[in-house]
Amino acid sequence: MQRQVALIKQSLFDQGYLDDQFMELEELQDDANPNFVEEVATLYFKDSARLINNIDQALERGSFDFSRLDSYMHQFKGSSTSIGASKVKTECTTFREYCRVGNAEGCLRTFQQLKKEHATWQDRRGLGRQHVGPSKERDK
Amino acid sequence: MTRDKDDEVPNLAESKLTALVVDDNFINQSIHHKLLDRLGITNDVVCNGKEAVDVHCSGRNYDLILMDMDMPIMNGIQATRRLREMGIESKIAGVTTRANEVERQEFMEAGLNDFQEKPLTISKLLSILTNLNFYVQTS
Repeated sequence: MQRQVALIKQSLFDQGYLDDQFMELEELQDDANPNFVEEVATLYFKDSARLINNIDQALERGSFDFSRLDSYMHQFKGSSTSIGASKVKTECTTFREYCRVGNAEGCLRTFQQLKKEHATWQDRRGLGRQHVGPSKERDK
Repeated sequence: MTRDKDDEVPNLAESKLTALVVDDNFINQSIHHKLLDRLGITNDVVCNGKEAVDVHCSGRNYDLILMDMDMPIMNGIQATRRLREMGIESKIAGVTTRANEVERQEFMEAGLNDFQEKPLTISKLLSILTNLNFYVQTS
């Protein structure tokens, strides 16, 4: 089972979903905080869900407030960079470039891609957690 | 400055250093807090520049402040200026994803002692501590 988890994680690195920053977080995990990475990841997915919802609502309104969108995406990029979510971070950067030049279509297209990358990582993380087994942390 | 994975992480608990993390992002708060913990540095966390100023007004003081730049209510540049105006002499290291030279210069001129780009890692934090004379690398 641990091997399955390791393979899932390796695939996330190989396909560019995760970068070296994620390994830095793993190095911080110790006996005092054995679930540190899981806790940070949970925090990230909770925060990113909020940001995705905010951006979705802003885009659905139809009037593009690029300054507000850029602000949301700045936060999203910051979190993604800190956790090592490489592909999501790249899409955040692209989205912000489109905001900068006022390209609404580019923003919409990039946001769809970002949600796809984000969902893929979240799904694979869920697979990994299923293999590990039930955890008190998961229900928080 | 790179650090081999096999390098031991130094424990600076004996030096009794204290630090304040100033960042509005919960992920960064968590990571920076843990990084400092790992090095044995007692630390507090606040969410924006105003809280950093308030905590100093209440009489707290820290050896090191890790200051994010973009924060609501009071950003890192404003908070750094305010702390220096108050006479706070703590070492302040700016930590931000914004790395263009103009923004960095503005942040430094507000009163920083050092600057690092996010994301922070053990190596980058040790670099800050070395630059600010809190830690001497022996290799």
